[in-house]
Amino acid sequence: MRAALGLVSAWIIPLLLAGIPLVAVLRGVKVYPAFLEGAKGGFETAVRIVPSLVAILVALGMLRASGALDALAAALAPLTSALGLPASVVPLVLVRPLSGGGALGVVGDVLRAEGPDSYAGRLASVMAGSTETTFYVLAVYFGAAGVTRYRHALPAALLADLAGFAAAIVVVRLVFGP
Amino acid sequence: MTFLWTALVVAAVAFAAAKGRMAEVGAAAMESAGKAVALALALAGVMALWLGLVKVAEEAGLVSAVARVARPLLSRLFPEVPADHPAMGAIVMNVSANVLGLGNAATPFGVRAMQALEELNPRKGTASDAQALLCALNTASVQLVPATVIALRAGAGSAAPAEVLGPTLAASLCGVTVAVIAAKLLARVWPSGEGGGPGGRSDP
Repeated sequence: MRAALGLVSAWIIPLLLAGIPLVAVLRGVKVYPAFLEGAKGGFETAVRIVPSLVAILVALGMLRASGALDALAAALAPLTSALGLPASVVPLVLVRPLSGGGALGVVGDVLRAEGPDSYAGRLASVMAGSTETTFYVLAVYFGAAGVTRYRHALPAALLADLAGFAAAIVVVRLVFGP
Repeated sequence: MTFLWTALVVAAVAFAAAKGRMAEVGAAAMESAGKAVALALALAGVMALWLGLVKVAEEAGLVSAVARVARPLLSRLFPEVPADHPAMGAIVMNVSANVLGLGNAATPFGVRAMQALEELNPRKGTASDAQALLCALNTASVQLVPATVIALRAGAGSAAPAEVLGPTLAASLCGVTVAVIAAKLLARVWPSGEGGGPGGRSDP
C-alpha cells in the first residue's frame, strides 16, 4: 500500500509535466503562450487568497500565543487522540466546509508549527486536499439555479466531508505511520 | 465564518487577559499577518506552474478527452437526465474539470448544469435528486493533483511536497463514494414530492 501510493505520488507530477506539453505539441498547440496565459491566472489566485490567509493566520496565531490552543488541546486530548486527530488539526475540520482560504490558512499554520513532514502536517495536507468548501459550493450552485429548498443536499455533502476526513486519518496512518 | 472568526479572536484576547499574556498575543497577531503574505507568495510559484500546465492541457483537448471517458459513468449516476440533454454535457464537463483540478473552469460548468437541471425539475425551487447529487459530488472533490496543498508544503520546506498525492486521491475517492451513496439513500428520506413526509416516495 505504502510503496504503491508512494510510487504514484512520485511519478504523477513529472509525468504530467513532460506528457501534457508533448501531447499538446503533437496536436499543434502553441504550448509556450498557452502556458504563460494559464500561469498568470495562478499568480492572481495566490494574490486573491491573501486577505483570508491573513484573517485566519492572525486569529490562530493569537489563539496559540494566548495559550488557549494548548488548553483546548489538553481538554480534547482524550477524544481527539482516540480518533487519531492531533489538536492542531481540529480547527481544520471546523473551518474546511466554511472557507477555502481559511482552510489553507489552517494548513499553513500546522505546516509551520509542526513541520510539513510530521504526522499532523501530512494529515492536514490530505484532509484539505480531499474535501471541498461545502457551504460555498452549495450557495453558488443552488443560488445560480434559484433553488431555495436544498432537501438532502447539505447532509449528503457533510457526510461526504466526514468520510473524507476519516479516510484521511486511516490512509495517512497506513502510508506514513502515526 | 463571521461568527467563527470573531469568536476565535475574542477567545484569544479573553484567554490572554486571564493568563496575563497580552503582549505575546499582540506580537503574534502582527507576526502572523506578515507570515500570511509570505505563505501566499510561496504559493504563487507552484500555482502559476500548475495552472500554466493545465491551460496547455485544455488547449490540447485533454479536458474533452477526459469528458469522453467520464460520460458513460456519469449517465449511470444521473439516470433521470436524458443523455442528449444539455444538462448531461455540463455535468460531464463539470466533473472532468474538477478531476483535473480546474476549479475556476469547473464552477461555470457546474452552474450551467444546475440551471439546466432546474429546467428538468418538476418542482421549481426545490432541489431535485440530480441537483443534490451533483452538489454532493462537487463538495467531495476528487482531484488528480491537489496543486494548492502541494504548493503550501513546498513553501513550508517539505522534503517531499507531493508525497500526499496518492493518499489524498484515496481519501477523496472515499468521500465521493459516500457522497453518491448518501445522496441516493437520503433522497428517500427527503422526498421531492409535495406533502410527503419522511419515508414518502419521490416521483418516478
